[in-house]
Amino acid sequence: MATPVMEKTAAKDSAPSPYITVTFRIRRFNPEVSDEAQWQDFQIEIDPKERVLDGLHKIKWDVDGSLTFRRSCAHGICGSDAMRINGKNRLACKTLIKDINPEKPITVEAIKGLTVLKDLVVDMDPFFQAYRDVMPFLVTTGNEPTRERLQSAEDRERFDDTTKCILCAACTSSCPVFWNDGQYFGPAAIVNAHRFIFDSRDEAGEQRLEILNDKDGVWRCRTTFNCTDACPRGIEVTKAIQEVKRALITRRF
Amino acid sequence: MKIHKYDTVIVGAGGAGMRAAIEATKRSRTAVLTKLYPTRSHTGAAQGGMAAALANVEEDNWEWHTFDTVKGGDYLVDQDAAEILAKEAIDAVLDLEKMGLPFNRTPNGTIDQRRFGGHSRNHGEAPVRRSCYAADRTGHMILQTLYQNCVKEGVEFFNEFYVLDQLITEVDGVKKSAGVVAYELATGEIHIFRAKAVIYASGGTGKFFKVTSNAHTLTGDGQAACYRRGLPLEDMEFFQFHPTGIWRMGILLTEGARGEGGILRNKDGERFMEKYAPVMKDLASRDVVSRSIYTEIREGRGCGPEGDHVFLDLTHLPPEQLDAKLPDITEFARTYLGIEPYTDPIPIQPTAHYAMGGIPTNVQGEVLADNTTVVPGLYAAGEVACVSVHGANRLGTNSLLDINVFGRRSGIAAAEYAAKHDFVELPENPETLVVEQVERLRAATGTERVAELRRELQETMDANVMVFRTEQTIKTAVEKIAELRARYKNVSVQDKGKRFNTDLLEAIELGNLLDLAEVMAVSALARKESRGGHYREDYPNRDDVNFMRHTMAYREVGADGSETIRLDYKPVVQTRYQPMERKY
Repeated sequence: MATPVMEKTAAKDSAPSPYITVTFRIRRFNPEVSDEAQWQDFQIEIDPKERVLDGLHKIKWDVDGSLTFRRSCAHGICGSDAMRINGKNRLACKTLIKDINPEKPITVEAIKGLTVLKDLVVDMDPFFQAYRDVMPFLVTTGNEPTRERLQSAEDRERFDDTTKCILCAACTSSCPVFWNDGQYFGPAAIVNAHRFIFDSRDEAGEQRLEILNDKDGVWRCRTTFNCTDACPRGIEVTKAIQEVKRALITRRF
Repeated sequence: MKIHKYDTVIVGAGGAGMRAAIEATKRSRTAVLTKLYPTRSHTGAAQGGMAAALANVEEDNWEWHTFDTVKGGDYLVDQDAAEILAKEAIDAVLDLEKMGLPFNRTPNGTIDQRRFGGHSRNHGEAPVRRSCYAADRTGHMILQTLYQNCVKEGVEFFNEFYVLDQLITEVDGVKKSAGVVAYELATGEIHIFRAKAVIYASGGTGKFFKVTSNAHTLTGDGQAACYRRGLPLEDMEFFQFHPTGIWRMGILLTEGARGEGGILRNKDGERFMEKYAPVMKDLASRDVVSRSIYTEIREGRGCGPEGDHVFLDLTHLPPEQLDAKLPDITEFARTYLGIEPYTDPIPIQPTAHYAMGGIPTNVQGEVLADNTTVVPGLYAAGEVACVSVHGANRLGTNSLLDINVFGRRSGIAAAEYAAKHDFVELPENPETLVVEQVERLRAATGTERVAELRRELQETMDANVMVFRTEQTIKTAVEKIAELRARYKNVSVQDKGKRFNTDLLEAIELGNLLDLAEVMAVSALARKESRGGHYREDYPNRDDVNFMRHTMAYREVGADGSETIRLDYKPVVQTRYQPMERKY
């Protein structure tokens, strides 16, 4: 006998089918076909406990192979599948159908503020460029210790929240300032600067603060909290930005 | 078609690829090709930790770590390589800390360590705290830290470039690496990368199973590219099934949950691992725990209406401990199952997790063309490779270690090779194989669908070559895979475009999975013994007389174009440890 396979349909004859019919309303764009983007509806059968990503896969795999989106890990760690679902930025793999009112059409479109290249795929290069511009790496001087650098549990905790970032761009592409002016560093870059500014081992906090003191830096933030709402990792993004602003005023961090 | 020239080309930007890139970039002109963006790689999904005998919280040493690795791998481990792994672990962790990795800390500020499966004090006496960790996000922190350091070093990345072929040129009777052929997702353009040295670090192949912790993108592309060019694949029958995947979904729940005190329970609430592993209990090696879970299920002690899972119980642990040490996996339980781990046990089942086998290499990361001959200029590291430090079963926390130790080694070795050697001539029409493959798929009008073939493949793999195998089940899988390979010739894609054609790439990935599934099943059929992750119910014992050896699988093409798999075997390197019966 082989390994017991878990795929027996849960539904016994008497049990009702878990599947419901859901409409996905997807913003399609393919410049090889047309310069115009348009909405397209797909009706699929899906268990409400499944993810929006599962729904997109059902469409791609069984209905229309040309539907294009990025995804990899499918459980909220790799940051590939940030998209606008019912008007809010979320990860498709972390959003269950039952949690977004499947009785109405579920709208899915690319995140805003970055150029759409095809369907739900956007140009991520400006996003990663802003990240690279804030010196997102530990800077130290002097001789390296033989063993690890010491850090108290409290000092480690100080920047814990911002280490969780997966660079999915849900925050940056939810920010009205970023929509209006792509030159703004955006929340994700500031979060990653925060992660090092408040790391007791790092010695380049002043340099990063100067970078963010720029006209396209932290002062552009209007504290709308869209970024905090959008973060699939639960990072208090707006708070982190406020802490960077405060550090710029007090020069203490 | 574009032609690029680099000293060193690295295929893949997960932990192994980026650790290699940090070394190679300092020493040679280096390009990293990844089919994703670097921070999307599946290293980021690793949770529990990275093993190293730092002895920060209790007595430990690298020799105990070596022993545990050899024993964990059911003695199929090459012991010289395991010794390097365990010795260099200490610097590998310290290097990451110096690069900025935010490890959890002890009260005196050093790196904190916790227990993990199969890691023991003094050759099996009791569990030891050896895993260096950052909550249950250690892989995420490693991936981020390595990417940060790649930014710092100015590593040159080609994002969303799929490497589809390995170029090999025969020079004076010696097969040498000449470079790779890549497909650019954004444009559909074909690129030739000439390189003095190529490093494969493209990860695993878990997507041929259905219930798996692996990302959708783990389709064995590197293994397949080398295998199709006549290079062997080692020990492909050994695949790890992690005991604690989320029921039905396969999402990983770290062994660190049991390291923190979590307990596996059957439907009667019994802590069943006490029966199977009296000393290590829930922290026995993964193959042992996965078999125990399925034994409980088969004997009618599984949970739920179908009796098809068991529980991971964390309810006796303080909520503060769960929040501090296991924040991500508890959130997975809430998000995907609607379960509160503070108060309710989590339904789990084993999930296909890790390929112990892969492209054979020596301890410098050099790829082998047979049991002894190196392919000059070709390297591999991480899950794509088989050194072999994991033998028949990898210990938890040894994979994050493997990518750092052997990623670094291969990065240095490849760059040093590139400094001393010139470019190898490209073979004639180097792009042909890829162009034909891509054009054929784009033009195909066949009736077979990629998704349907992949579903059938995953179902047969789960049913027939998972935790328990027999001659009959493996033969069923071999026949099914042959049928799917035949049907694959009749596959077509709907997206005929050039721009971001992921439909096309999924078809190519399925071809890779089919090739590798066949190698796995054929290797498993020939291994008439049980060892580590390969358990044959018809041969339940380890057979050191006949099978203390690595499998080497070669693709052979007949004069009529027919393909067969030839199996050969390679001796295991044994140094200080004699095989013993494995008990936990």
